Amino acid sequence: MLKLIESILAGRIQTEEIDTVGSAAYRGELATRPSQCIECGKCLSACPVGAISLSRRKLPCIDYKKCVFCGKCAEACAEGTLSHTNLDAMPVITSQNNTEIGRLINAAHTRSLHVRHLDAGSCNACDFEMAALTNPVYDLHRYGISFVASPRHADMIMVTGVVTRNLAEAVLMTYEAMPEPKLVMAVGACAAGGATYGETYALIGALDKILPVDILVPGCPPRPSAMLIALLAASDLYKQRCRLSPFHGEAD
Amino acid sequence: MIHIKAEGLRGAANVLSHNGRNSLTAMFANDETPLGKGYAVYCLFEDKGEKDIKIVRAQLEPGNELEFPSLTPLFPAAAWYEREIYDLFGIKPLEHPDLRPLVLHEGFPKEFYPMRKTIPCDSHVAGKRDYPLAKAQGEGLFEVPVGPIHAGIIEPGHFCFSQAGEAVLQLDAKLFYTHRGIEKAVEGKSIGGALFMVERICGACSVANAVSFCQAVEKLSYAKVPRRAELTRVVIAEMERLYNHVGDTGNLCAGAGFTVPNAMGARLKEELLRCNEKIAGNRFLRGMIVPGGIHRTLKDEDAKIILAQLTRTENDYRLLTQVLNGQDGFLNRIQKTGIVRKKTAIDLAMVGIGARASGVGRDARKDLAYGIYSELAFDICTETAGDVEARLLVRIKEVAETIKIIRQALSLLAHEPETSICSEKLECRSYEGAWGISESARGSDLHWVMLDEQQNIYRLFVRSASYPNWPALPIAMQGEIIPDFPLVNKSFELCYACLDR
Repeated sequence: MLKLIESILAGRIQTEEIDTVGSAAYRGELATRPSQCIECGKCLSACPVGAISLSRRKLPCIDYKKCVFCGKCAEACAEGTLSHTNLDAMPVITSQNNTEIGRLINAAHTRSLHVRHLDAGSCNACDFEMAALTNPVYDLHRYGISFVASPRHADMIMVTGVVTRNLAEAVLMTYEAMPEPKLVMAVGACAAGGATYGETYALIGALDKILPVDILVPGCPPRPSAMLIALLAASDLYKQRCRLSPFHGEAD
Repeated sequence: MIHIKAEGLRGAANVLSHNGRNSLTAMFANDETPLGKGYAVYCLFEDKGEKDIKIVRAQLEPGNELEFPSLTPLFPAAAWYEREIYDLFGIKPLEHPDLRPLVLHEGFPKEFYPMRKTIPCDSHVAGKRDYPLAKAQGEGLFEVPVGPIHAGIIEPGHFCFSQAGEAVLQLDAKLFYTHRGIEKAVEGKSIGGALFMVERICGACSVANAVSFCQAVEKLSYAKVPRRAELTRVVIAEMERLYNHVGDTGNLCAGAGFTVPNAMGARLKEELLRCNEKIAGNRFLRGMIVPGGIHRTLKDEDAKIILAQLTRTENDYRLLTQVLNGQDGFLNRIQKTGIVRKKTAIDLAMVGIGARASGVGRDARKDLAYGIYSELAFDICTETAGDVEARLLVRIKEVAETIKIIRQALSLLAHEPETSICSEKLECRSYEGAWGISESARGSDLHWVMLDEQQNIYRLFVRSASYPNWPALPIAMQGEIIPDFPLVNKSFELCYACLDR
C-alpha cells in the first residue's frame, strides 16, 4: 500500500495541452508546392487507396477521407511537390456549416459530451488511440467528455473501421438505441473513406453508406490529438443540434 | 513438402506430427483449379528439432467430392482451421465433431464460398444462414449474452455464457465480426499493394504481420536481406512487443478495477508510442518493413532516442510491478483465476504468452530462429501455473528480455559496416508456396504466400498468434464467474482484428 501511495505522490502531473504538431518524422498532413509540379501523375498511381485526384489545373488534390498517410505519394513525387508535414490533418464537420475549428474549441468547454465507441470492423489501431484519450497525458475528462458503457447513455458514437457485413446490423442497432439528438463521428481512413481494403465480399464500405456522418477524422490511425480536436468540435456541434432538436425545446 | 491424396491426410499428419511432439502450426485450403490441380488442403507442423515447418499438401482430385478426412479427432487444434476451410471453400472435413459456421455470420447466403477463385472479390451478396451458438441447457441454467458492442473501448465479439448460478458452465465466443476478407482482397495485388493491407490487418501487430509476410516473399526469391536490415527489423519488432506488453500490463489491472497501475501502464505506453513516431513516423511503426529489407535506416540519433526511452521505461515499469506485488487484494483476484492446464495448451497448439504461462516454452524466435535472433542472447520466460498471474508474470519478465534484445541489436547496429538496407528488386518464383513466421507480442504469427506469374499474390494465408489461443479462453473461463471474464480476457489480450482478417 505504501508503494502505491508513493507512486501516486511521486508522479508529476503528466497531462498536456493539445499539441497537433508531431515529431519531425511524423507523416501528417500533406503539403503541396504547385509551382514545382510537372503533372507527371506518379502520385496518383502510387496511392494505394486512390485518395489523390488532379484538380482542373492538374495539381494533386488529396482526399483526406481516404488518405492513410503511408508516404507513398511523397516518395513517388520526383519534384518534391508533395511532402508530409508533421501536423495532424484536421477533422471535418460534414453536417453543419463549416465553422472555424479554433472558435469551436474555445466554445466547447461549456457542454459535456457522452461518447460510445463502436468498432465497425477496424484493425484496432484507431481503437487503441481512442483508448489513449483516457490516459493521464490526454485526460479526456477535463473537457467534460467521457466514454459511456451503453449507446442509450450516449450523445455521440465514435465509429472506427470500415463497416463489415458481419457488423452492419450491430452498427444500425447501436445507432437506433441512442436517444435523439445524436451525432456520428467517423474516425480514421476506414470509417471515413472506406477505401483501405478496396471492395470485398465481406465489406459494406465507408460508414456514410449506412449512417449519416457528422464529423470525419482523417488519419491511419488519427493521433489522439486530432481526436481531441474532433471531440471538442463535436461537443459544440452537439450544443447546436440540441437547440434545433424538437425533443429539447428551449433547453440549453 | 509431402504430396499426398486427400484420403491419406490422417496418416501423413500422424507421421509429421511425430506422435504429437510437433504441434500443428496451421491448416488452410488453396483453390488451384485455374492451374488444373483442383483444390488442396495444406497442413503445417512445426519441427522444433530441425527448426523448420513441415508441410503436407493433400490433393483433392478434380471431379471428386470436395471432402477430406478431418484431423480434429486426432489434433483438437485443427477444429477451427477445418471449420474455416468449410466456411470459405466449401471443402468438407469428414467426421468433424462440430461443423458450425465460424467466419461468415447470418448475413451471408448459404453455400457461398468466397475464397473459391470463381467468386469475384467484390461480390455483393445478401442472404440468411444460421449461426448456432453452443449453449448448455437444463433446469436452473440460464444464459447471459454479451456483445458484440461492449462497454469499454475494445473490439467486437459476442460471448454467450451458460450459467449455473454464479459459475460459468460453458462459454461460446462468436468472433470474426471484423472479417474484412483481406486474404481475398490481396489476391491479384502486387507485393507492395498486399504489404500495405497486411500492415493493416491489425494495429497492434502491424510489424509482426509485415515481417512474416516479407519473410515469405523473400523465401520465394532467395533474396538475401542485408544484415543492417535484419538488425533494424529486430529493433522495430521488439519495440512493438515492448509497447504492447507494457500497455497490456496496465490493461490487465483495469480488468480488476485497479486504476492506479492502469493509468501508469497507459502513460508508459504513450511514451513508447511517441518514441515510435520519432523513429518511424507512425505511432504503430507502420511503413518500416518492406520485402527485401527495411524502408529507412535507424540513425545514431534514433538509437539515442530509443536508448534513453528504454532507461525511462525500465525504471517506471519496475515501479509499476512493485505496486502490483504489494497489493494482496489484486493478487487474490489474479491467482488461480482462468487456469489453462499444460495439456490443454499442448492440445490446442497454443502459442505466445498463453502457452508459456502454462509451461509450454514455445517461441518462434528460438524454435525457428528466423532473422538474426540466433545471434542474440535472451531467455524464453515461462511459468507453470497457467492462471492470470502466470500470464502477467511472463509478460513482466519478457519486458526485461525485450529491453535486453533491443540494446544488443542497437549496439550491433552501431558497429555494422554494411550500409545497404534493402536487397535489389525481388524476382520471385511463381505458383510455389512459402511461409514466413515472426513472434508477435501475442505469439508466433504465420503467413503463407503463393505468387502468380506476374508476381502478384495468388494466395495469402494469415494465421495470427491470436488464432490458436482464442479457443483456450472459453476453457479458461469454465467454473469462473462472469466478473472475472474481463480479467481473464485481458490476461490473454488477444486481437480480434488479427483473427478475423
